[in-house]
Amino acid sequence: MKRPADRALLLVLGAALAFAISFADAWRLRQAHETALAASTALVRALRLSDPVLVTEARYTRHLSQADLHAAFQDHPLAFEHFPSGSLLPPPAHLLRHDEDLDRETASSD
Amino acid sequence: MKTWIEKQRHLIDFTINSLARRKGKNLSLLAVYAVLVFVLASVALYTHALRSEAVRVLADSPEIILQRLIAGRHDLIPPDYIDNIGRIRGVQKMEGRLWGYYYDSVLKANYTLMVSPAHTLPPGEIIVGPALERMRGLDTGSGISFRAYSGKLETFIVSDVLDHASELVNADLILMNEADFRNFFNYPAGHYTDVALWVANPLEVRNIGRKLLDQLPDSRPILREEVLRTYASVFDWREGMMLALLSAAILAFGIFAWEKAAGLSAEEKREIGILKAIGWETGDVITMKFWEGLLISLLAFLLGYVAAYLHIFHAEAGLLQPVLQGWSVLYPSFALSPEIDPLQVATLFFFTVLPYTAATLVPIWRAATTDPDLVMRG
Amino acid sequence: MLELNNIRKAFNQGRHNEHWALRGIDLEIPPARISVLKGPSGSGKSTLLSILGCLARPTEGRVRLDGEDISALPERFLTEIRRRRFGFIFQQFNLVRGLSAIDNIILPGIPDGQPRAKLLARGEQLLTELQLDHRRDAAVEWLSGGEQQRVAICRALLNDPTVLIADEPTANLDSKLAGEFLLILERLAQAGRTIILTSHDPLVIEADIVDQVFSLRDGRLTGVEIRHPAFRLTR
Repeated sequence: MKRPADRALLLVLGAALAFAISFADAWRLRQAHETALAASTALVRALRLSDPVLVTEARYTRHLSQADLHAAFQDHPLAFEHFPSGSLLPPPAHLLRHDEDLDRETASSD
Repeated sequence: MKTWIEKQRHLIDFTINSLARRKGKNLSLLAVYAVLVFVLASVALYTHALRSEAVRVLADSPEIILQRLIAGRHDLIPPDYIDNIGRIRGVQKMEGRLWGYYYDSVLKANYTLMVSPAHTLPPGEIIVGPALERMRGLDTGSGISFRAYSGKLETFIVSDVLDHASELVNADLILMNEADFRNFFNYPAGHYTDVALWVANPLEVRNIGRKLLDQLPDSRPILREEVLRTYASVFDWREGMMLALLSAAILAFGIFAWEKAAGLSAEEKREIGILKAIGWETGDVITMKFWEGLLISLLAFLLGYVAAYLHIFHAEAGLLQPVLQGWSVLYPSFALSPEIDPLQVATLFFFTVLPYTAATLVPIWRAATTDPDLVMRG
Repeated sequence: MLELNNIRKAFNQGRHNEHWALRGIDLEIPPARISVLKGPSGSGKSTLLSILGCLARPTEGRVRLDGEDISALPERFLTEIRRRRFGFIFQQFNLVRGLSAIDNIILPGIPDGQPRAKLLARGEQLLTELQLDHRRDAAVEWLSGGEQQRVAICRALLNDPTVLIADEPTANLDSKLAGEFLLILERLAQAGRTIILTSHDPLVIEADIVDQVFSLRDGRLTGVEIRHPAFRLTR
């Protein structure tokens, strides 16, 4: 293995092997994940849920598909999320402090 | 055949040795290249997995959710409303849903409060999602108070925590019984948030939606297929945004790689002249360069992809989650099922490996076809 | 052995800066002897050397190698002839920087796909012959001028060529090293190799071992000097 070519090919082969293993690993994880997926599906059925919990900071983003007073999901058949900037980045910390008073409940809620 | 293989090994030896001469530069090229593949592959893998996950998980959500609108804004379903729907044929089952949001100023997060049709909860007891368990330190038996809409503090006892495996759908839920829910929100008796409908024949869903609209002009049916499509679009859109942001980086790398691969230094030109003078054919020189391009780009692709795979499916996509999933106070912590789209991987392969390999060959072609006697003249 | 017939060579033909480097050369290189092309710079001797070594094709005229006309051969065949029959020692040595001495030496063996072990053995044998085996793995840029030239000679000899071509071989060497170089050439000629040099170094031109000197000026052959043919006959 003193030849540079052999070392390079070995490296590529190793990387290719890792690449192949990643697919095998994906298959394994998919199998392992089936129970969790089944549990989630069952919960969705049982609780009549309509949306995944992805974004919780605002009412209109928690249930993207459910029109609300501030709904994002509106009438145009292809209209979906309308607030890209708000959903890409969290608000800066100094604004957060500044606007604290505007929180609907100022006092500790519990 | 054996000679051919031996020759290719010789050519690879040579190309590796020439790369080793500018080790720092070439290694950093490989690193930048691999990072680019890593980011692109991460975006593609994560978006695809999240999309498939959402579609699979929501496959059993109600086929139609009917909302009522007043002046174009969402409103509660009045008591007699459901009776009207009962007369539509093809509707297998329907049920009023009771749910709402509660903003917790301690965490600055919204919880979803819900009346569970699947649990019978005694008054004052709630079942919470795993995010609440984690973020508010709740556990079975612990109590928590929320300020009700009447202004009073209401204390609830946690009787159970929902399954961690399902965080993608249950992280922020608080389940309670109907009386507690109505009491907490001052929810008018007999009213519902919306109505879930199940349809016997899946092909009829759209027709029934139309019939609902005819019969209840102030309603708004949301079909499950629309919800699924919305999620698919949201992730597509986020992927697109990400790629648009990345496009500048891709372009910059493209220029860098083109310059590196296609720009032939005077020394390299001289070297090609030497090789040709001592008996290398044009084809040998081009094959040697081809190996250089292929080895770098293939290695970058493989390393970048494998790193992306580990990042997305073994490290919960730590770097991308805020951008692709959306920022959030209550991050659900969920492992995605690694659904991989082979076409996506193949596309990534062709768009990373081929252009670079081609770029290394373009100038070599020109240089390699020049006369070998330049060496003598130079 | 090598025969040139009315060779003319133009650069930038048909353009305003057209230049005829060779204007009708007829000559014959005898086998297993040392021939020198001499002349001032611009006389066309390097161009002539390129044509003799199949590095370039003449614009007009014929080149014959062992009686076969090779001036009309396609590039691929010319390259193969160059690789198998000719060895080159360039004025600047033209070694590939960054490679070790041995890696430079085996370069001409690569296109034929010979096994590496075989190439290495051959390269090491040549290095030993030239007393350079201790520098086998040194990067060529760290070698002295004389060592670099000996590496270049090893490289030229790798495919066991019949013709060895050297362009101004002593230009970058001091007198002692130049003398050693001439000794190496003598050994090679005695072993039956045809050697063609260009030079304007008196040390080379007047050396005992040189059999023929071709004088060039302005692209024309101005004189051929054949030395001690008797010495040859006795060999």
